[in-house]
Amino acid sequence: MTAASPATTENVSDMPSLGDLVNEKLVLWHFIASLTYVMIAMLAGLLFSLQLLQIYPFPEMELLSPGRWRMVHTNGVAYGFIANAFLGALYWAVPRLTLRRVLSVKLSWFIFVAWQVVVLSTVVGLLTGYAQAVEWGETPIFIDPLAVAGLILVACNFLTPILKSEGPMYVTLWYFIAAFVWTILVYAMGNYIPQFFVGGTASGAIIGLFIHDLVGLFVTPIGWGLMYYFVPILLKKPIWSHGLSLVGFWGLAFFYPLNGIHHFLYSPIPMFLQYGAVIATIAVELVVTTVVVNFFLTIRGRGDALRTNMPIRWFYIGMVFYFTTCLQCAFQVSLTFQKIIHFTDWVVGHSHLVMFGVFGFWILGIMTHLFPRLLGAKGWFRPSWNEWHFWLSGIGLFVMFFDLMIAGLIQGFMWRDLAVWESTLTASRPFWLLRTISGTAIIIGQFFFIFNILMTAVHKRTIEPTAQPSGIDPIGSALAS
Amino acid sequence: MFESKAGVLLIAGLFFFALSFVVMGLLPWMMYINEPEQTLDDLVAGGVIHEFVELSERFPDRFAQHFPDGVTRTSFAAALKRGHEIYVAEACWHCHTQQIRPVSGEDSRWGPVSHAREYQNVLQRPVLFGTRRVGPDLVREGARHSNDWHVAHFHTPTNVAPTSVMPRYPWFYDADEYPNRDGMSIITYVQWLGSWLAEYPYYRGEGPGGARFGYTQKVTDAAVTP
Repeated sequence: MTAASPATTENVSDMPSLGDLVNEKLVLWHFIASLTYVMIAMLAGLLFSLQLLQIYPFPEMELLSPGRWRMVHTNGVAYGFIANAFLGALYWAVPRLTLRRVLSVKLSWFIFVAWQVVVLSTVVGLLTGYAQAVEWGETPIFIDPLAVAGLILVACNFLTPILKSEGPMYVTLWYFIAAFVWTILVYAMGNYIPQFFVGGTASGAIIGLFIHDLVGLFVTPIGWGLMYYFVPILLKKPIWSHGLSLVGFWGLAFFYPLNGIHHFLYSPIPMFLQYGAVIATIAVELVVTTVVVNFFLTIRGRGDALRTNMPIRWFYIGMVFYFTTCLQCAFQVSLTFQKIIHFTDWVVGHSHLVMFGVFGFWILGIMTHLFPRLLGAKGWFRPSWNEWHFWLSGIGLFVMFFDLMIAGLIQGFMWRDLAVWESTLTASRPFWLLRTISGTAIIIGQFFFIFNILMTAVHKRTIEPTAQPSGIDPIGSALAS
Repeated sequence: MFESKAGVLLIAGLFFFALSFVVMGLLPWMMYINEPEQTLDDLVAGGVIHEFVELSERFPDRFAQHFPDGVTRTSFAAALKRGHEIYVAEACWHCHTQQIRPVSGEDSRWGPVSHAREYQNVLQRPVLFGTRRVGPDLVREGARHSNDWHVAHFHTPTNVAPTSVMPRYPWFYDADEYPNRDGMSIITYVQWLGSWLAEYPYYRGEGPGGARFGYTQKVTDAAVTP
């Protein structure tokens, strides 16, 4: 029960130097790619929201068709923003946790280039009309093999140091090992089976599994793995309970994949399978509670960090949103809720809360923590701009989530009451306007962050270390703790 | 076991995933294994929907240009196939569902509740259930509106439905605003949706008639040159 810190049992003097271990350039470039794609994806989201307000600026241009940009929005977030940021963070964390280099630096750069080719060609493919009818897997069919090959190379690159490492494994590495295996399987399953092996209702079941597993078996385990790594380091105290983290990991591994069909409740998929998915989803909520409790008992006594430490604030607000989203999920999968909220904006609000409010926030927290160091600066150019980044993102996201949740209820009840379809659009309009405004606030927040990064890079030699811990990790504290 | 590499890799990584695939994927797959998937040829075997014939009468020159075979099952199949491709490529399925649930009054609004058998065809591979309804469900859309309505609507939706938030699709039209091949195909596809039902066309009150999932009643066989 002592494996509370990421350090292993090896003697400090035997360890390779940090410079040999971690290639910070890789981390930096993945983060830059990630931020580039998040801006493209958010722009795409903004464009689509303008269509809902009937003020779309480019109605006659095929390549700027809102429907196509909606797919750029969702795919850009998943494969451009989140995947790149995770890869960067993995290059930072895995060598530190295993005290071993990744398989090969050349391979790592090859993966970097290959992955950007995958994402860019996906964007081009979607805009030119080659989408595949798998939600969140719209990646054109001819790009899928490259993506699967890329994921296999990623797994080889990181599993090598993990499997070679000795001694007990820290919880982060359980999540990472499982996630590398799952991501390959999930991607291949979702993109190939419903297209080439089975169609119709059965393919709906598999698509449900794919949508859900992409969040649950790729994004969630890597996200939580990174939290188990960064939170104790930044708080300089061990995670509260190793036993509870075991419950969290194994509970996720067992229950999460069994949720797939809950995306198609009341569909022609057999009802007994729908019931099974509902029960497994409620079980996930219980598992999630153990993980969240573990983290909140970890920060107990160090609540001041929420005020003084930007990354910790991003992480923990993300965890509050995580608990919210999972609690919401446990209710919304009930058949009672489904009657009303399925197909409405409630679900859109839910997915924004998960992808941006939780995993986006964690990623931005990690970036806030690492960027000055990666750029060779002693601190941020303007720590206050990071506050703007946080509050604009946080308030924008919360308003968007709440707004869409209410909009969803109104739409759902109006549909049930057999209101004329057009009137449900009129009723949605004020909510869609507020969504565009809150989305714009989020985008402005990201501009604060990106501008801060640029200015930090330009002025890196003259920046003084900030008095309050802005999230800069003293060199090597990851190894020394 | 629970903290070892092999345990995590084999039990969590492979075994639990395989278990979920069997329960959530393979089980429904096996349940429909005896329900053969209809090919495009099967779908048009009963004939051609009325609306496809109507397109050829409304735009005779353009139709002949886009479908040189005339009103045949082959042309109809080609239009359905292309229409489905457009439906996927333009992400229509992100804002329009294709399933009627047995709750929330959906059968009053749109028509009979969806049945698994309706999805056993190549144009539901991958299935187009959809997860969001910005616009109405489309799986009972066939013949609900006229071809003329669709021609106007795809070009500028707000002209026929002022509150509509659907995008415009000017690239479905020739320069002189007649529907091109893509335009005729997507209209054919949308008009086909639901045409397999005995109650088709649901909104004209003309049903029920015809064989189950066949077109026999509505097929204009006279116009078909096999």
